[in-house]
Amino acid sequence: MAARAQHELLRFLTCGSVDDGKSTLIGRLLYDSQLIFEDTLAAVARDSRKHGTTGEDIDLALLVDGLEAERQQGITIDVAYRFFATPRRSFIVADTPGHEQYTRNMATGASNASLAVILIDARKGVLTQTRRHSYICSLLGIRDIVVAVNKIDLVNFDEATFERIVGDYVTFAAELGFRSIVPIPISARFGDNVTAKSGNTPWYHGPTLLAHLEGVDVSQDLSAKPFRFPVQWVNRPNLDFRGFAGTIASGTVAPGDQVVVAASGKATRVARIVAAEGDLDRAEAGQAVTLTLADEVDVARGDVLARPAERPAVADQFAAHLLWMDEEPMLPGRGYLMRIGNVWTPCSVTSIRHRVDVNTLEQHAARRLALNEIGFCNFSAGQAVPFDPYEENRATGAFILVDRFTNRTAGAGMIAYPLRRASNIHQEHFTIDKASRAALTGNRPIVLWFTGLSGSGKSTIANIVEQALHRAGRATYALDGDNIRHGLCRDLGFTAEDRVENIRRVGEVAKLMVDAGMIVMCSFISPFRAERRMVRDLLGAGEFVEVFVDTPIEDCIARDPKGLYAKAQAGQIKNFTGIDSPYEPPEAPELHIRTAGRAPEDCAAEVLEKLRAAGVRC
Amino acid sequence: MTIASPRSPLTPHLARLEAESIAIIREVAASFRKPVMLYSIGKDSGVMLHLALKAFAPGKPPFPLMHIDTTWKFREMISFRDAMAKQVGMELLVHTNPDGIARGINPIASGSALHTQVMKTEALKQALDKFGFDAAFGGARRDEEKSRAKERVFSFRGPGHSWDPRAQRPELWSLFNTRIRDGESIRVFPLSNWTEYDVWDYILAEDIPVVPLYFAKPRPVVKRSGTWIMVDDDRLPLEPGETPEMRMVRFRTLGCYPLSGAVESTAANLPDIIAEMRAARTSERQGRLIDTDEDASMEKKKREGYF
Repeated sequence: MAARAQHELLRFLTCGSVDDGKSTLIGRLLYDSQLIFEDTLAAVARDSRKHGTTGEDIDLALLVDGLEAERQQGITIDVAYRFFATPRRSFIVADTPGHEQYTRNMATGASNASLAVILIDARKGVLTQTRRHSYICSLLGIRDIVVAVNKIDLVNFDEATFERIVGDYVTFAAELGFRSIVPIPISARFGDNVTAKSGNTPWYHGPTLLAHLEGVDVSQDLSAKPFRFPVQWVNRPNLDFRGFAGTIASGTVAPGDQVVVAASGKATRVARIVAAEGDLDRAEAGQAVTLTLADEVDVARGDVLARPAERPAVADQFAAHLLWMDEEPMLPGRGYLMRIGNVWTPCSVTSIRHRVDVNTLEQHAARRLALNEIGFCNFSAGQAVPFDPYEENRATGAFILVDRFTNRTAGAGMIAYPLRRASNIHQEHFTIDKASRAALTGNRPIVLWFTGLSGSGKSTIANIVEQALHRAGRATYALDGDNIRHGLCRDLGFTAEDRVENIRRVGEVAKLMVDAGMIVMCSFISPFRAERRMVRDLLGAGEFVEVFVDTPIEDCIARDPKGLYAKAQAGQIKNFTGIDSPYEPPEAPELHIRTAGRAPEDCAAEVLEKLRAAGVRC
Repeated sequence: MTIASPRSPLTPHLARLEAESIAIIREVAASFRKPVMLYSIGKDSGVMLHLALKAFAPGKPPFPLMHIDTTWKFREMISFRDAMAKQVGMELLVHTNPDGIARGINPIASGSALHTQVMKTEALKQALDKFGFDAAFGGARRDEEKSRAKERVFSFRGPGHSWDPRAQRPELWSLFNTRIRDGESIRVFPLSNWTEYDVWDYILAEDIPVVPLYFAKPRPVVKRSGTWIMVDDDRLPLEPGETPEMRMVRFRTLGCYPLSGAVESTAANLPDIIAEMRAARTSERQGRLIDTDEDASMEKKKREGYF
């Protein structure tokens, strides 16, 4: 074997159910490839007597179960990365947990792996979790699988058992699109067929696990794919140098190559490939380089350079698989932040086409995605972004969704294809615009968004404000739950999903009315920060005035103008805000009106004062 | 500065690690308001600094270096640090915990645990707060220790620099989540996927300068708890009957000198060090006295804000 190939890296992950022996297997690989140092082994021998499950023997799982909490519980709760090398190859193993609630960790490990070792307990055979893990591997783009039938010693090294499990697995996995499935009977605890051939399985003629991992070809040949260069950082150390730093996602590049900026279509040529030790005459996928361009075209972080004849898709709407990883469920219409390549942009799911049951691979209708659920969804992003289908390019087809308030990484997406609907609806440019309409009415178009509990006085205050505006000759309109829910939103209920959609529609209507030059009063409980933020983002700067009508719930219950609290408390109304559905108060509203002990007229005067300050004549 | 041509072309494995680390370092420069690179003078820091220089060539890294000085580092480390900073032309910030000095905290009388807590962990938090850094690079590797194996590349720290293993964000692909709010910060580990072997192979291939303490040389040492401690200055109190003797020793990891155990060795150049390491049967942390109390001690220190 050539010297260069000897140091090729293999990143793989191990997955299986609890107690299938993943940690023991990795401990065995480290132990048998002599990567365990004496002092580490001494510590493990000490710990084996304290936490171990193997009696007097050294518990190899303790070599890899890192965090104190999980060692005491005897389970692995987070992805751990392990390193070992043989003379033929270096390895990085992602040790991922088998627990149902930790699917996200498995996906994390799979996202950077090119092979998966799926453990199956020989006594139990193919389980629901086996199917789940295999599906996630497939979804994340893993094409090469090892089925390690573990604890073969506990079924007396029985060939028939092994064959039955392999048969079950191959049947199940037929639709998952794997390129190779290699089954190996092993005992992680005793080492059979892990690094050395076992005398206990004379009927098995295949390679040991380690021999297979050393020899397997998982190359994706990224350099043969179309050139993609996501610009990560614009390097301008002085006025004479303007370089574009980034990692080549696929393809190759050389000075003189024609390139285009994917989003703008601007074309130029590559001038130099700059590296610390001198210019390069060629660079390929995986290299972190700095390019300079022949012309002064507008290029920024987030742009993708490609060849003119092989461009990525550029779209703001697309269909993608989404794995949800947050405790807070994903609701269509809710705004998230998407990171794709080096671009951050607002993004929401416009519809869930179906949810995938990861155990049966069946497709179901769904209105939300909960933690660890996977759906196939339509997305709408705040700007057109360049991408490739994930199946063609993992680096340019993957994205994450981040919660706008907690900043948690909430979703992992894999793009299937662009949706063309946005590009087919060409926006007509009318000569009369918002400014001219506003000039005619003398209005400063604006949305007053009253949010607060039911019965807090939103509509009452809005009504007084509208009367005052009307008297002053301003063109106004009031949107509230009554006129919206009886028409535009009559198909919606009061679940979290429906509340999100309700506010999305109201937001769009309010936006049209602002465009028409109106002052719009919106009175909606609008309990979630995310949706109020969504409406704010729909409108221009200064056009959204959030008015928090802050009335203690005891006062609302005491007033109860529509008798709704009484019904909710009696259990006759479900999902009632403040009773069995949450209200998230605004963190920084433009106006915070505490109504306790005040007349509605007094509160309305405060709103009018704010409007005058914003330039509304009233 | 310019970077010398490498001695030999990198293996595909090292080239891939290098590219991954450079991308991580650039990502921090592109995404954070005020990053800093923690520079501990050791071999890992040396590799990290070298990668940073490569990442931004022909410019300089757009962040300063910072060293948390416990005042108990080997003298050779300090002179090496100052020479390196001068050579690369980057700003070097040095911070020592003044409260610790006032309280007379030291590794000998106070014990390693208190010394580390006050002079390293607390000092680091002070320095990060003082300068308002929102991202800090560290040279830690996942292969060093078990609780490190689960560390993220972008490790999220809440207010007060707290590290909660359960609040860490999933990291998929290379799509790092760099978003934080005021008072929160990120520790970034560009060498996460490197092993000790990789570090030395890379130092050899790229001709990266390292502190001479890594190379074997006759040095004055005393034997304590089964390991050789170097008498680097006259602050090390000798126990009755203890006399420093000259031994051919070197260090696999460097820290405060009374806490860093030397190994007897004749490896006086890089190829010998690499050969010795490949034959070694003890981990590099064995020489670090701060880890030996309990195996989970690193996790405890991390929760408190240690790197």
